[in-house]
Amino acid sequence: MDLGPHAGFILASYGLCLMTALILIAWVRLDKAAQEKALNDLADRGIKRARPEDRSSEAS
Amino acid sequence: MAFWDYANPTRFLRFVQAVLPWLTGLCLLFFAVGLYMSFFVAPEDYQQGDTVRIMYIHVPAAWLCMMCYSVMTLSSIGTLVWKHPLADVSAKSAAPIGAAFTFMALVTGALWGKPMWGTYWVWDARLTSVLVLFIMYLGLMTLWRTMEDPIKAGKAAAVLTLVGALNLPIIKFSVDWWNTLHQPASVMRFDGPTIHPDILWPLLVMAVAFTLMFFVLHLMAMRNEILRRRVRALRMRAASAAQPAPAGAAQPAE
Repeated sequence: MDLGPHAGFILASYGLCLMTALILIAWVRLDKAAQEKALNDLADRGIKRARPEDRSSEAS
Repeated sequence: MAFWDYANPTRFLRFVQAVLPWLTGLCLLFFAVGLYMSFFVAPEDYQQGDTVRIMYIHVPAAWLCMMCYSVMTLSSIGTLVWKHPLADVSAKSAAPIGAAFTFMALVTGALWGKPMWGTYWVWDARLTSVLVLFIMYLGLMTLWRTMEDPIKAGKAAAVLTLVGALNLPIIKFSVDWWNTLHQPASVMRFDGPTIHPDILWPLLVMAVAFTLMFFVLHLMAMRNEILRRRVRALRMRAASAAQPAPAGAAQPAE
């Protein structure tokens, strides 16, 4: 595929967009892993969110 | 179940888990078709040659950077009027994605401008107003990070977001209101697109792909933000439980 005399500009544009998209994807995935690890660490220490069924059993 | 019920964070997380694989697949499909059309189906422009292929990423990125800010504006109204935590989560999660799309639009525009205009940058209304949008995104991201309480930060950011929304019509109509090197609108016009269908269709397919990418990333970022707030709430609860009761304080009734 011949992109003509300005191929460098075209490829740089697509390359930079791809890189930006990959950084965004890495950010959301790493952030998810970090939050899940923090929640698991808290759960290991016995600190958990109360589930609705737990609340109803406490009330009864 | 009414649509409004998904505003409950737990239900929203279940909804995200169910919808995300389908949206991601659809997004990849549209990107595959769009990139194929952009490089192998769409013809060269009679004046610009192959550099017109930059348009297939520049224009969707520019549309998305404005759409993302519009989503933040609507979310900010939700934060200020209904005080709904998911609205705040939506606005905060959209800001980095909007900044990334604005960065893409600015960089691809500069790389398209150099061979066509002879310069990477001019301080005209369209380019400058998009740069202001980029700075707004960065400012909002900073504001959220500087305040520890997410509720207070959300309210301050919502007010700033609404003020910044004044920039959206300026970006859209800047090419009509002022003299500029940037071409006027050629797709979103009252009298219909002025682009040939051979070039228009790849552009629209790429625009759908970018839009789907935005929704995929936004849903993922919102899920992360909900988890972050749960972590914060649990840590605060653990910290307050660990503190000894002050001397002489009345014991709670069993």
